[in-house]
Formats: sequence, C-alpha cells, structure tokens
Amino acid sequence: MSWITARRRRPVAGYAVVLLGLILVGAVYATITGSGNSAAATAPTTSAAQIARGQQIFDQTCATCHGLQAQGTPAAPSLIGVGSAAVDFQVSTGRMPAKALGAEQDEAPPKLTPQQTRDVAQYIGSLAGGPAIPTPAEVSTSGANVALGQELFTADCAQCHNFDGAGGALTYGKYAPALTNATPTQIYEAMLTGPEAMPVFNNTTITPNEKRDIIAYVTDTRTTPNPGGFSLGRVGPVTEGLVGFLGLLFFMVLAAMWITAKHRKTTDE
Amino acid sequence: MSDPSAPQGLPDEPAEPPAARHRVIGTPPPAQARTLLGDGASGETGAGDGSPPMRRELPADPSNPVKAKRAERVVALCFILSMLASIGFIAAYVGLEVHSVDAVLRSNLALGVSMSVAFLGLAVGATVWVRRIMPTVELTEERHPMRSSPEDRAAFAETFQEGAEASQFVKRPLLRRTLIAATVPLAVAPLVLLRDMGPLPGTTLRHTVWRKGLRLLTYGANTPITSAEFSSAGGMITVIPDGYQDDPEALAQATAIIIKFQPGVLQPPTVLNWTVDNIVCYSKICTHVGCPAALYEQTTHHILCPCHQSTFDAPRGATVLFGPAPRPLPQLPLTTDSQGYLVAASDFHEPVGPSFWERG
Amino acid sequence: MSIDRALREIGGELDDRFHAARGFRVLFRKIFPDHWSFLLGEIALYSFIILLLTGTFLTLFFQPSMTEVVYHGSYTHLDGVKMSQAYASTLNISFDVRGGLLMRQIHHWAADLFMAAIFAHMLRIFFTGAYRKPRETNWLIGIVLLTLGMLEGLFGYSLPDDLLSGTGLRITEGVLLSVPVVGTYLTFFLFGGPFPGNDIIPRLYVIHVLLIPALMLALITAHLFFMFHQKHTQMPGKGRTNTNVVGAPTYPYFMAKTGAFFFFTFAALALAGTFAQINPIWLYGPYTPVGISAGSQPDFYMGFLEGTLRMFPSWTWDLAGHTVPWNVLIPALVPLGLLFTGAALWPMLERWITGDKSEHHLNDRPRNAPTRTAIGLAAITFYGVFWLEGANDVIADHLDISLYVTTEIARYAIFIAPVVAYIVTKRICLGLQRKDLHLLEHGVETGIIRQLPSGEFVEQTRPLTEEEVAALDVRRPPALPAGASAREQEVPPPGLRGGLGRARLRLNKVVTETVPVEEHGDGYGHGNGHGNGHPAAERAAVASSRGEGVPDDADGSAGHGGAPAGS
Repeated sequence: MSWITARRRRPVAGYAVVLLGLILVGAVYATITGSGNSAAATAPTTSAAQIARGQQIFDQTCATCHGLQAQGTPAAPSLIGVGSAAVDFQVSTGRMPAKALGAEQDEAPPKLTPQQTRDVAQYIGSLAGGPAIPTPAEVSTSGANVALGQELFTADCAQCHNFDGAGGALTYGKYAPALTNATPTQIYEAMLTGPEAMPVFNNTTITPNEKRDIIAYVTDTRTTPNPGGFSLGRVGPVTEGLVGFLGLLFFMVLAAMWITAKHRKTTDE
Repeated sequence: MSDPSAPQGLPDEPAEPPAARHRVIGTPPPAQARTLLGDGASGETGAGDGSPPMRRELPADPSNPVKAKRAERVVALCFILSMLASIGFIAAYVGLEVHSVDAVLRSNLALGVSMSVAFLGLAVGATVWVRRIMPTVELTEERHPMRSSPEDRAAFAETFQEGAEASQFVKRPLLRRTLIAATVPLAVAPLVLLRDMGPLPGTTLRHTVWRKGLRLLTYGANTPITSAEFSSAGGMITVIPDGYQDDPEALAQATAIIIKFQPGVLQPPTVLNWTVDNIVCYSKICTHVGCPAALYEQTTHHILCPCHQSTFDAPRGATVLFGPAPRPLPQLPLTTDSQGYLVAASDFHEPVGPSFWERG
Repeated sequence: MSIDRALREIGGELDDRFHAARGFRVLFRKIFPDHWSFLLGEIALYSFIILLLTGTFLTLFFQPSMTEVVYHGSYTHLDGVKMSQAYASTLNISFDVRGGLLMRQIHHWAADLFMAAIFAHMLRIFFTGAYRKPRETNWLIGIVLLTLGMLEGLFGYSLPDDLLSGTGLRITEGVLLSVPVVGTYLTFFLFGGPFPGNDIIPRLYVIHVLLIPALMLALITAHLFFMFHQKHTQMPGKGRTNTNVVGAPTYPYFMAKTGAFFFFTFAALALAGTFAQINPIWLYGPYTPVGISAGSQPDFYMGFLEGTLRMFPSWTWDLAGHTVPWNVLIPALVPLGLLFTGAALWPMLERWITGDKSEHHLNDRPRNAPTRTAIGLAAITFYGVFWLEGANDVIADHLDISLYVTTEIARYAIFIAPVVAYIVTKRICLGLQRKDLHLLEHGVETGIIRQLPSGEFVEQTRPLTEEEVAALDVRRPPALPAGASAREQEVPPPGLRGGLGRARLRLNKVVTETVPVEEHGDGYGHGNGHGNGHPAAERAAVASSRGEGVPDDADGSAGHGGAPAGS
C-alpha cells in the first residue's frame, strides 16, 4: 500500500483533500476570469472616409437601440451632441454595444477594434459636436501635481469610487466601477462626459490641467505597491474584519485545538 | 494503578476502549488519574493542609523514551530555527533601509517573516515539548465550596459589627450626616473642573461663514467659478467659501455642492430665486450625522450620502427620499457678482448639518 | 549540583521575606482543565499584552497634535500636502521608521483579534453556562472590558487623523449632538469647540494610551484573579464532578501550554502584520471635512452601531423650538443598550427563572440548555443583522444587490430573524438531546450488519464507554423546586405568587424544557418500552452478537449501558 493510501483514514487527510479542492477551484476560477482592456485611441484624424466607416458601424451595431439618426429610442438615449469622447469611452471600455439593458453597463472586453471605435466615435462627433477625444498630450501625466490630484479626487470622486478607486455602490443596482483598468484617456473622457450616473466635470469646472492631476493621482495610487502585504482589495475595514475573524481567530482556534488535543493512543504508549 | 483508598470513589480503570482509534480533539484523555494528596480522607485541597505528601505526584519521565527522543530533536530544531529567525530579524533591521514604498515593502516582509518564524518556532517547539516530551498526566484537585464555613461567616460578621460600633458611626448621626454632606461637593468638584474643556456652543451651530457676496471656490483648485463655466447639465462640484480654504472648522459647516440642471427640471420646494441659470447650491453636510453627502447620480438626480445612504432629491429642494436623514439639505441662496462669478446671496436660511436640541 | 543549591538559596531568601512557600506551591499545583475553548480568553489576554508592547513602540514616534504641517517625507505621493502632525507622524512611522509599519499593523491586527477573541470567549462562556454562580462578577467584568475595548479601538484608530477615521469622528460628533438638552455642550466640550477643532486628537490620545489601558489592566487583573481563586470550570467527563478539577498542574504543564499559546498569538499577529495590509492611511489621505470615501466603515467591532444608524428610518420630533432626533438617538442607544443590559442581567434572570442558586463548576453542553442556547443564537442573529447592515454598501457592490433592498431586508430581518433563530436553535438542541439519548439507550453504531435468522438485517451497536457516557452528561437544568403545584387549591410558595410569580413559573417551564431522561437501573430511558418494541428473538440475537446473555424479558433494560463490550 502506498504511503498516501496508508494514511487515507487519518483525520488530516480530509482536510488535505478539501484544501486541494479549494486550491484547484481557485486556480481554475482565476484563469477563466480576469479581463483585459483595449488600448486607448491614438490621435484622431477625422476624414470623410472615417466618418463613413463610422456611420456604417453605427447603423449595424448601435442604431437598433439608439435610432438611425442617433436620436435615441425608449431603449437608449440620444447621442446627438455627446461628442466623440463619450463614444470612445463607452466603446473602448466594452460597455457599448450593450449586452442587455439593465441598471448599469458593466466594464467588459471591448467588442469593437480600436480602429472601429475611433471611426464610430468620429461619426457621432460629426453629428453635432460635443467633447472630443483627448490627445495624448492632454492625458499625459508628466509634471502633474499629484497632491492636488489627491485633494480633488477626495472631494469630488472618492465618495462614489472609493479612496483608492475600488468602486462603490449607488442606488437601484447601479454602482461606481473600480478604476483599476481605466486608461488615462478613459478617465479623462469619463470626467468630461459623465457616463451614465456619473456627473459631468467639464473643462471649465475641472480644467484639463486639473484633470491630468487627477489622472496622475489615480494611476499613481493604483500602481503603488502595498508595503503592508496583500491589499485585501483596498476596500477598508470590512475585509479587514473578515480576515481578522476567518483568518486570525480561526488560526488561533486551530492552535488551541492542537495544544489541548487528547493524545493519540498508540500501542506502545 | 489507582490507590484503593483514594477518596471520591474513582473507579478502577476500565479496559481500553475497543474498535477503531478515534481522536477526539479537546476532550481530555481517559482517567489515568491519581489523586493529588495521599491523605485524601479529609477531602481537603492541597492548600493549607498539614505535611506535604510523601509520594511523587508527577512522573519524572515520559512513558515512551524513543518517541520522546525523536520529539526532542523536533523541538530542538524548532528552537534553533527560531533563534536563527531572531538573528535574521536583527540583521534585516540593520541591513534594510526604508524611506520609499518599495523599500518599506521589503523591510516589512523581511522583518515580519523573521519575526513570525521566530515566534512560530518557539510556539511549535513548546507545544511539541508539552505534548510529546512531558509525561502525560492527569490529576484531580478538590474544590472547596466558595461559601465560607458558618463559623467564619459569624466571626466576620462579629468583627464587622464590633468595628462599626467602635467607630461610633452608627450611633452618632451628626457625624454620619456631616461626612456624607462633605463628600457630595467633593465628588462633584472634578466634574466642575472639566468646564473649560470647551466654549459654550451658543449660537455657533446656527450659522456658517457664508454671507452676502462671498465667492464660491471649487475645492482643491480654490478658483472661483462663473455660470458660463459651470455650463454642462449634469455637472456637480464641491465648493467652499472664499478665504476659508485653510479653516477646517468653517469648512465643516460651510462646504457645499453646486449642481447644474437642464432647464425646467428644478422645481419647488427648491427656491428658484436662489438658483442661477439652473445651478442650485446645497449644503454638503448631511442632515443625519454630518458626513459629506456628495454622491450625485446624474441620471436620477439623487444626492446620496455614502455613510448611511440618506438620499436627497436634488431637483426638488433636496427632499429626503430614503434613509435616516430627517430633513432636506439646506439650500444656499446664490447670485452672481459684478464679474459673473457665483457668490452667496446670504447665509443658509436654516442651520446646516445634524439635528441638535436647540435647533428647533 | 550548584544550580540546585542556588535555586534553594534564592527560594529561601524570597520565602524569608514573603512567606511564599505554601502560596507558591498551591499556585504551582493548581489544576487547569484542558479544552480548546478555554483558550479563547487567552487569545484576548495575549492580544492585549501585544497591544501594550506594540503600542508603547508607537508612542515613541507618534505625535498627537492637530497642528497643520506640510508633508515632505518619504511617501512622495503626498509631498506638499497639508496635513495634521498626527497624520504626518503616522506616515513617518510607516515609511521612515524601520519596523514602524510592522508595529503599526501588528498593533491594529491585535486590536481586531482582541475584540474577536472577546466575542468568541464571551459566547463560549454564555453557551456553556460558565457565568453562573459563583462567576457572575467575572461575567460583568467581561462586559465592561468588551465596552472598554470597543472604545479603546475606536479612539485608537482615530488617532492618525486620516479620512476614514476622521469621518468616524464626524459621525461621533453628529451622534453626540443629538443628545437632548446637553448634546451641543457635550460636543463642544469634547472637541474644544466646533468640529474638528484642535483638541480632539490629543485628548483621545491620553484616553487611549493611559486612561482606558489602566482601567482595562485593572479589570483584567481582577478577572484573572477571580478565575484563579474560584478555579476554572471544566467540561463534563469521566471523573469530573462539580466539586473537583481534573487536568494537569500549572507547573510545568499549563505554564508551557500557555507560553506556547502566547507565541502562537504573537506569531499569528506577526504573520498578519506582514502579509495582510491593514489601515493603509496613506491611501485614505489626511482628514478633511470636505471629502469622504465610498465604503466608509468603522472597524468591525463598531460595525454594529454603523448598521443601526443605517437601518433606522428618519423619525424626528420638533417640539417647541427643540429637536429630538430619534433617528440618531434610538439607533445609538437602544440596540446596544438592550444587548449589553440583557447580557449583564442574564445570570440573575436565569437564576430567578430556574430557582437554581447552587454553585456550578461543570460546564453545560449547549444542547443541554436549549432555551439558553436559543436565546444566545437569537442575540447573535440580532447583532449579526445590524452588523451586516453596517457593511451594506460593500455587500451591495460586491454581491450585486440593490442598495436600498439591503436596508429594506434588514429592517424586516431584525425582527424576524432572531425569532426564527430562537425557534430553529431550540428545536435543534432538543433534537441533539434526543440523539444523545438514543446513543445512551442504544449504543453507538458500529457499521457491522448482522442478519437475523428471520432474514432481517440489523446493525450491531456497541454500548458507550464510560468516558463517552460521562461526556454526554445527563444533567439537565433543574425544574423549580417542589412546591410548584398544579392544584388550584394549594397556595403556591412565596416565589411563585402573584403576577410575577406566575410569569416566573411559565418562564421556568420554557427554560427547563428538555428531553426527559430517566435513569433506570444501569440503563437509560425507556427500558421497559424498549422491550416491547422488538420481538424477543431479535433482542436475543442482538444481545448475543454483543457477547452478552439473553436479556431477561421482565426487565428489558439489561444488555444496555452497563457492561462494556470490550471486557
């Protein structure tokens, strides 16, 4: 009988099997979830050809809900005047084309290629203007004032998105998403256009410089390593309390059980 | 093995239980008990009893020397590991600097791991020592009832009584009453000393620093704002009074938010005279317990306080829709100054923030 | 040997001065019973010691001042940001003091573990009935320690003056303001003026570092002394009675085990402080009354109060120029007051209901006190609903439940869930008692199947060993002493007269509801009844399979219990 088979009836065998099962499940889950995100659009060059392509994409993919003239239907709002920035944000974060109507569209792998995204964004922008996709220079964070970004973020963003951009609950099933995967362009566009329930922070309320400061703060913080260990999601005391109870106390109870355990009866004892 | 004259009638040991070995965590081993004292006849505890017992109570050595020797090596290994970890801790402290996030991460990891191993080594070693090297023993100790003997109780009562009489406390009411009278103000005095811990509230909570003509600044950037700049419907921003950027006490009462609406959305009970170009200003201090109520949902026009989810209807005077807040958010009257910047027309027309007794 | 002689010398000198020989011998020989659940209190004790040690380290570097400074330390993301000295010094400890972050994290984890252990320990005491006479004082001390611990933790994590804990202080101010008549005065006195002021952090510091720890140290000492003096309770088992303690002596066994456990506690906390980041104040940012984060919660032991505040509807009274905000007052005072007062009064209440004034040194198994266990579970459920509500926005976000729905559910659950918990628990306890009774009567299943001559299959059981019988402990809470008469004409005894007395009688019936066990000779339960249930041939077959003689029909109880199978 092999070593492991001989020990199959030991009490620890049961725990070992459960632990193995948990590890396996966790590994499988980790490999099948996890999302990527597309790169932001590069500097847009509007041309008639691009707008025509964009119109074609729009008619095929978006018009069902948004109407052939982008005038909106009961299912979806009008896109007239939202600007290319809004479209670029929604499509590049995979929220649009929407999978299903619901309280909120979730971030997802984008369904259109970056080129297609740019095209349809330019088409919508050509309809009635609106905020444009920012240039790379506009979203560059070099020389940004991170401290000011922190102040602005705390006063105007953290109440929905959480101090670390980990997201938070809104009403009726809506939520402010986590900012983990948002590119600088997407952050800029979101502030500028106020997607879904998010308020609009136009360029005269929060200036482009200030937007860059906020972007610098967000991108800086989320890449800051956690010197204290695993971040536990940077959610705050809720997860800390869970870990305290489930982890710490449980470990201590196991230790207590070991220390006070009755001695195993062996033949030579 | 048990002494037949042992008190408490401990039965002779039964044979070992049959069938499969079962490990019961937490319940004690079966009685291989020996009583604590040789002279169990009186049933007294070990305390305060005549001469100490003559015979040995604890076995000197474990029953299985081979296993004990093996365990001893395990324990020694644990202790040596612990020692090395402690030395490692000191080395990590000396060798690893901090002063940057990455450096702190490394230092924390090194110090923490070495400390954990040091303690774990001691813990595991000590546990194995107790369980496998110290001989297994189970002893019985008698409890004495908590209640003292009637004689002791009577004696105490008598002593107490005698003392009370000797002190004359019971017999002389004048002494008694004046003593009590003396202690009362003495007990109150320390509380009185606390009076200067803070100023009297007066009417401080009824007002904020907002007054006519005071500009609204966007917090952080601290720049004033015109209605032409704050032009996008669905916009929201935090504003503070001009000149009070570094005054937390003022900000704790005066912080506000401005929201821009499409035409026709704002309606009573919002005071439309206090709005400028469909821009309305509400106090940011939640009327529940004072958190900044700052979540604004552009689509539903709801202001949500993240602390306890009080929800206010922004187009309708911030009326409470859900949650524990008792009152709408106060509205700040807005107007514009000569250069077009948004300014307050006056202070809030009611106290901001949580309820208090004198609020009325 | 010289060591031996040296020890004798030292011992002699000490004894000459302190009359120590007998006392120390008693101490060394004191028996400590062994059960893992008895170590829960030690988790709390050792966490407390670790809090003192790490806390002292932190006081060497922390500056409890609200003076505004501009930060230029090693955490460059906040370079140039204005903050209080308290916050800046905490950043300093985290990033510019070697071992500082580790000590901060161990300190905070130890506080969490301390409170968690107190809860676990308190529940253990409750469910085993260890609070009964003579230990009611210790129970009360424990409740006071729990309250002090909560306050200590609240003040402690407020010291760094970061956004999260500052929000907590703001809420505290709002709650204090709501107190009728004196609320505004209390608030202004505590904060030294309007919120936030400059005084709150230094004042909390003194309370956190000196006043409450001193109180707790004194109470913990008293708690331990009483436990020593009255001796620890023990679990029922073979050879254990209400008048003895069975276990191993303090010296060297218990000392070694408790020492090992101390190191385990320290190791667990060190591991947590290394691998689990806690209270990352540099991410929260310094406190400003202008800002707030989504998902703001206090530490878990204050979560209960947070939930009460979230759940309560917006009731308020405005009368004659004065406001009484029930929406703040009631959640802050009533649920916690109910729980703690109920807990404090419970030993006395139970004594009154059961009329049981004797000393108890044997623990109950929770199933053997079904009503007590059920009430305990109901209280836990009551606490738990509030606790979960305190995290409702995090739950709503992560479990995709609509935010308002969580609160609505909680508003109903707070009434329904404890009742359901009570009923379910009580029934489970009674069911477990029946299972125990079944074991006592029929023995343990061995998995060995025998075929009877009639063709029927029957499982062979073995009777319980003496230890197993003792562990099952047939003790039940006593019904009221004789005199609780059912006849109308008889005058009830003094304790049962009048409305209160009748209520007492009724409560007694509920509390002492249990599965009756009658010992019948050597066997248990329905010795006579059992004989009727099975045909004689079968009983004979079953009995012979156990190697016993054919049972006597008249008795029917022979063949159960008494003779161990192995002999």
